[in-house]
Amino acid sequence: MLIKRPTDIPSSEITDKKVYFNRRDFIRAATGTAAVAAAGFIGAKAVLRAQPPAPRGVKFTGLKPSEFSTDEKANTWEQITTYNNYYEFGTAKDEPAYNARRLKPSPWSVAVEGEVAKPAVYHFEDILKGVALEDRIYRLRCVEAWSMVIPWVGFPLSEFIKRVQPTSKAKFVEFITLADATQMPGLRLGSLRWPYVEGLRMDEAMHPLTILSVGLYGETLPNQNGAPIRVVIPWKYGFKSAKSIVKIRFVEQQPVNSWQFAQPSEYGFYSNVNPQVDHPRWSQAREVRLPGLFKNRPTVMFNGYADQVSKLYTGMDLRKNY
Amino acid sequence: MTANQLIRWGLKPAVFAAALVPAATISYLTWAAYNGEQSAWPALTGNLSANPLSDITNRTGLWTLRFLCLTLAVTPLRRLTGWNGAIRFRRMLGLFAFFYGTLHFLTYAILDRFMSLEVPDMTSAASWRALTVWIADDVAMRPFITVGFTAFVLMIPLALTSTAGMIRRLGGHRWQMLHRLAYVSAVAGVLHFWWLVKLDVRRPAFYGAIIAILLAFRVFRARLHAVPRRAGPGHPPVPELGSMDRQRR
Repeated sequence: MLIKRPTDIPSSEITDKKVYFNRRDFIRAATGTAAVAAAGFIGAKAVLRAQPPAPRGVKFTGLKPSEFSTDEKANTWEQITTYNNYYEFGTAKDEPAYNARRLKPSPWSVAVEGEVAKPAVYHFEDILKGVALEDRIYRLRCVEAWSMVIPWVGFPLSEFIKRVQPTSKAKFVEFITLADATQMPGLRLGSLRWPYVEGLRMDEAMHPLTILSVGLYGETLPNQNGAPIRVVIPWKYGFKSAKSIVKIRFVEQQPVNSWQFAQPSEYGFYSNVNPQVDHPRWSQAREVRLPGLFKNRPTVMFNGYADQVSKLYTGMDLRKNY
Repeated sequence: MTANQLIRWGLKPAVFAAALVPAATISYLTWAAYNGEQSAWPALTGNLSANPLSDITNRTGLWTLRFLCLTLAVTPLRRLTGWNGAIRFRRMLGLFAFFYGTLHFLTYAILDRFMSLEVPDMTSAASWRALTVWIADDVAMRPFITVGFTAFVLMIPLALTSTAGMIRRLGGHRWQMLHRLAYVSAVAGVLHFWWLVKLDVRRPAFYGAIIAILLAFRVFRARLHAVPRRAGPGHPPVPELGSMDRQRR
């Protein structure tokens, strides 16, 4: 048998293409497994699934601009739809972005009850009938000391209230939101009392800044932002602006809103943005305008809407009525 | 390679490197956020949310708690498995808990507070004075910060006395008594987390349960091995059992 002297690289040492690719697969799989193990340990879902921004909605046509809009730079669609407080879909900020996919915003109807001349169930489409929708670019200040600028689409709540004709006994408006465990996995957690309830004094509800919002960036409202219809009150902390409303009640007594019920020492009925009245656990003097690394702005009284709304509260002790 | 060498040249550097990964990740994310960018490797680092300030604060805080848990898990692991080599990781893990605690405190002190000053000027004594007043105010007025700050401050003497020289100088028994402050720090850390969340206490409860189990292990074991006190005056009570006492006696 002839023994050949090996040339430079013996063919046995050349990695077979199949093995070569297997090795890559192996590394990829091993890295994947390690990542999964790490994620399991950390419990960070973010490692495995990046927060998906909401799918784009259906465009509204003929939107009017509004004199109440701010000219500050609006946050992006992605920021607005991946950083949400919507406990029905989970208490972490990124959870609604995953979980709200289960919400069915259509068909939808809103029941109007209580002290009104015309109690009825209104289909979503009927609510919008004859309504001139506007772009309303508002600041949103969360009680957690962060803020965004959000280009809502909506119309004054007062227009809807006039349609349903509240009686003289109607002193407050109560918003009751959807609480359906089949669509909302967060309900299983007893974090808040469900359904989520919010309320406004009649003059607050009738104020031209208060809107029923049905859209974002000129398109239908994403589920995680309270589809298909929500209220927006820009001078109050974000939690006052109830999402996915199914019932509007006109009542004589001041309603107990969900956060007030959960933590009466920390969250009140009024919840006006107020840099002078701290949350018991943190200062409200400054806020981080997202996305930001610092508390990059001083918080302004009534979130900068003082000229329009301060007269609603003349003579009231806002430290007591927080 | 002996087992000793394997720990010294293999396992310890590996644990050290692994323990730095979160810090590297957080630093990178901070840098990205500072430049107004998203992570370029979200699959590895996780995404920055729209609120990077809160992301960084939460991540450093969570890693502090995790390393406290790991540190407190060393002794039970050693007792349960009989693997005495485990003890050689305790100091490193404890120092990493302190390291992440320091990052967490700095995030709060620098990003959240200092940069919130009207004029955040590094060279101005007035800025630093205002920062000190602000932090003192937070520590005094806000219970969740009070306990969090306590948890952090209690780790400082432990880090300072973590060297072999300090163990010798203090004596094993005294050193060990001092280092039981780690238990207080861990409990205070969980309380800090618990009082911070708005309503959903599942995550603080998770860490609370781990620390409760790790501390309960020590209590039960001490009971099980308790030496009855000798009667009569003049005899100090026999100190509770621990590795250092054992070596000493």
